[in-house]
Amino acid sequence: MHKSLRIVVMGLGVLQGACSIQPWVKPYERDRLADPIMSWDRDAISGAYLDHVYDSREGSRGATGTSGGGCGCN
Amino acid sequence: MKPSFRNLARPVATAALLIVGVAGAAVLPDDRADIFYSDYKGGGMDIKGESVLVRKKFSEQFAVEANYFVDKVSGASVDVLSQASVIKDERKQKSISLDYIHDKTQYNLSYTNSTERDYISNTTHFSLSQDMFGDLTTVTLGFTDSRNKVGKNVGSPFQPDVLWLGHATSRSFQAGVSQVVTKDLISGVTLEVITDQGLLSNPYRYIRYLDPTARIGYTAVQQQIYPNTHTSTAVEGRVKYFLPYRAAVSASYRYFDDTWGIRAHTAELGYTQPVSNLWILEGRLRYYTQNHATFYSDLFPFAGSQNFEARDQNLAASSNYTIGLKATYAFLPDGWKIFKRGTVTGDVSRIRFKYNDFRDIRDYGIDNGYNPGAEPLYKFDATIYQIYLSMFF
Repeated sequence: MHKSLRIVVMGLGVLQGACSIQPWVKPYERDRLADPIMSWDRDAISGAYLDHVYDSREGSRGATGTSGGGCGCN
Repeated sequence: MKPSFRNLARPVATAALLIVGVAGAAVLPDDRADIFYSDYKGGGMDIKGESVLVRKKFSEQFAVEANYFVDKVSGASVDVLSQASVIKDERKQKSISLDYIHDKTQYNLSYTNSTERDYISNTTHFSLSQDMFGDLTTVTLGFTDSRNKVGKNVGSPFQPDVLWLGHATSRSFQAGVSQVVTKDLISGVTLEVITDQGLLSNPYRYIRYLDPTARIGYTAVQQQIYPNTHTSTAVEGRVKYFLPYRAAVSASYRYFDDTWGIRAHTAELGYTQPVSNLWILEGRLRYYTQNHATFYSDLFPFAGSQNFEARDQNLAASSNYTIGLKATYAFLPDGWKIFKRGTVTGDVSRIRFKYNDFRDIRDYGIDNGYNPGAEPLYKFDATIYQIYLSMFF
């Protein structure tokens, strides 16, 4: 079998297997995860604002989910 | 000024999507209205921010969010003060964001316009999130396009005269995976690649070079010269754990790398403690460090010594650390008229910035006994206050 075809077949197999994965955390076990204190950032404006403060004063950016730029750096 | 991504709504939309995804199945969050106020003081700057956000579901599948944000800037940072120029400016940002859920897929489309006297930015963002594996895993893909018009106020703060210098475009690709690990632990990884093109330098910042003919020993009137392309890659991993008693700890780490030679590391720890059902108290520690860009120098040996030359403090080697405290008080637990509940939040953050190769030429110089290049390294503290009211309905 051609190498690339073999990779595709293997990939499909993995995907099919993955689709049959049973959730190891059942829906009724997710009460703690659903608690507001487990939210990454409950307040989007505030989170974006703080990242914007850093973004305007640091050389790096991105991948925070709330990264942004803006003024305040003149 | 930072030419790219000068707006907040794109990240707000992205964050909302990621947050929803982490929690499990794609469900639109509650309707809410927020009034937000912020005040940043530090490094010669005073920036007051005011924002209003309204989010409304029109069905279980479709929601609209509108946000208006105003920044009022007064003062100027150290390098602008070195040029004896004070800034007084205002930035107005309007954004609208649409969320649509179909089965286990959530789509987000947002548009943002940010306008200030010398900078106009228009940003479009699209992302989709897919829940899979029994809603334990959420994959998010996003794309952002930003088109910016860059100018410079060559008048005074009170009689502005804006000279438009050029354009900058920015494109960002985001990919994220969030994962429920156990019934107490969630985790996430986000990758973002951003590529910029055009006028990328800050027109208000200048390089300085040694000049024996100058009385103070250097000249500092030459504009910075940046490459007209810039590509960066950032990857962040994060975890959050529900403690045996009702409290949570979180940790994150981000690595950043770009084509200008900057490598940066960001680490953050957080702790969340509810008190009764009325209060949530949070503490936050953050540490950041970066090296300087390859074409950065605090003091060049002579004029035109390099093809690209920068003396923007954002490109200097630096570090900073933050301590933040936040308290949220819940009221109207039984609701009132159309409102289900409300919260009011106060947040104070203190940041200490230290620069390893950016010197304070504002307060020190030859007249104070400091030769060029021997001035003290720049450092400053900033304090950020935030207070906001959130009503859920």
